[in-house]
Amino acid sequence: MRSTFTAERKQYRLGSLIGERIFRIILPATGFLLLILLGAVLLKLLQGSLPAFNSFGFWGFTFGTQWDPTAGSEQYGALPFIIGTLTTAALALLICLPLSLPVALFIGEYYRGKRVARILGTVVDLLAGIPGIVYGLWGFYAIRPIVVELGINDQGFGFVTAAFVLAIMIIPYAASLTADFIGMTPADLKEAAYSLGCTKAELIRYVSLPAASSGILAAYTLALGRALGETMAVTMLIGNTDLFPSSLFGTGNSMASLIANQFGEADGLKLSSLLAIGLLLFAITAIVNGIGRIIIRRKA
Amino acid sequence: MKTRTTLSIASIMCCALLSACSGTGKSKIHLDGAGATFPFPFYDLAFKTYDKEHNTTINYGAIGSGGGIRSLKDETVDFAASDAFLSDKEAASMRPVVHIPTCLGAVVPVYNLPGVKTLKLTGKLISDIYRNKITRWNDPAIEAVNPEAKLPATKIVPVYRSDGSGTTNVFSDYLSKVDEAWRNELGSGKSINWPTGIAAKGNPGVAGVVRETVGAIGYVGSEYRHAMNLPEAEVQNAAGKFVTATLAGISAAAEGEIPADTRAMITDAPASDAYPISCFTWIILYKEQYYKERSRAQAVAVRDLFAQIISPEGQALAAKINYAPLPASVVEKAKKQLAELTYKGVPLDK
Repeated sequence: MRSTFTAERKQYRLGSLIGERIFRIILPATGFLLLILLGAVLLKLLQGSLPAFNSFGFWGFTFGTQWDPTAGSEQYGALPFIIGTLTTAALALLICLPLSLPVALFIGEYYRGKRVARILGTVVDLLAGIPGIVYGLWGFYAIRPIVVELGINDQGFGFVTAAFVLAIMIIPYAASLTADFIGMTPADLKEAAYSLGCTKAELIRYVSLPAASSGILAAYTLALGRALGETMAVTMLIGNTDLFPSSLFGTGNSMASLIANQFGEADGLKLSSLLAIGLLLFAITAIVNGIGRIIIRRKA
Repeated sequence: MKTRTTLSIASIMCCALLSACSGTGKSKIHLDGAGATFPFPFYDLAFKTYDKEHNTTINYGAIGSGGGIRSLKDETVDFAASDAFLSDKEAASMRPVVHIPTCLGAVVPVYNLPGVKTLKLTGKLISDIYRNKITRWNDPAIEAVNPEAKLPATKIVPVYRSDGSGTTNVFSDYLSKVDEAWRNELGSGKSINWPTGIAAKGNPGVAGVVRETVGAIGYVGSEYRHAMNLPEAEVQNAAGKFVTATLAGISAAAEGEIPADTRAMITDAPASDAYPISCFTWIILYKEQYYKERSRAQAVAVRDLFAQIISPEGQALAAKINYAPLPASVVEKAKKQLAELTYKGVPLDK
């Protein structure tokens, strides 16, 4: 009886040792593969965007305000689209904040663990699963008429419309992570606050939010990253005008949307310029994420 | 450049793989083509009909004219389809090619003005609207050509294509011909530097924005206009007549002087019934059909396929699904172009 038991154990150990070894090979290999992939994407983008940078200069291209495909006098500059991307994303984050923070507090603190919070949490998470084009359609048919009605502009397209729909899209990213972090506030801290006579609001203001602050920042950085890269919904709502944006209430174009729109039939210098825009978008997202990381590290 | 080539190759390979699985019986011939989206419904129908009669599988990727030409340059396809002919410069960068026109299309101005059933426009008016010189629908210049219409003071929202497009090319070519200011300021091309308006992707995008925006005007390919049920404006042709894009009107535009190689824009055609914003769509083939291990059978199949498409039956098929058929004079020229194909230097007809 005893001997069979040890034999089984040995076999089990041997199996797990082999498993361990395979695991040790696969894990770093997968990690490296990802690194190589990232490097390859960067390299290809760099290679493709060289002609554009050579023709206009790196700064000349990045801060160029013209996007003129007229054959013979082609002139490509990225600034209108960088502004478009940053404006819509920042505006979206601004609109998203008052919509997502209460939801997060509701789920993570006030009704934590209750049925209604669980249902609300699931619904919020569901929002994340809806494809961009569906949001785009909703914005096109439902939000655009409202924007016209409000008199923001004549046809309802533009930064404001795109940013509003983007804000709804990024709520789940911001809200569910924020709720998780608020929910993680140590119980003894909370109990200590209550024992001092804190109200719920005071608890949130002075204990939960500060304790979760780095996590919350991470959540909103993630949401911002999502807003920067969103393509389809923005394309359908921003107006796709390649002119230098004249006002916050006017139309424009974002980097991702420009690429999606014009990649199909582009060639030569235009194609290279689109790839260069892709590279710049890559860089901007990396910078945003980097800043987010620095903030989190400093807070932590 | 490379990325997209790989992409198009990949998509073609996928098609080829799929067809290889479903292929039946004795050595079925496979042909691959890629290019314009505008004639796709016509080609789709014509290719299926041809396959039934001749046991030839034809995979057509509607990836856009530019992509089709690139695929032909890379020699990954048997034929390319394009809404724009190759310029002398482009043609010089490739081995000799022939252009075979297959049918005609048109670009149609559509608008959204509740209560306005008919609207007449001249090229000059369209140019002024898109150049932001006319901004309201009740502008005296528009009222002058539409004395019977009740035009509102609504602001005009011009809608154009955000993606590079053959439709934009034809539209801007027409406006360049009829309006000097347009020619000097904007010129013609697949994408131009629009000074005003809203942009949307593809014909569906433009039609969708026009349908949802009161006061909007846009332009869509004639093959698309019925899909959205939008009112279309009548356009004044070179003879001074206001015409809509009927199939007969579009065909009439191709009846003028066409060069032997059929590379011509037929906008602002002189015929009295011609619809002024009409265009050819072409198939582009290498004159020498031996490349990339292609068999003679494939070369013959390509020739026969397009001979079939320009035949009276093929053209009747086009008309059936609202593509304007080629006039007889152009069919003759297309036939001569097809006769120029060779295989290893020997004319295919021999």
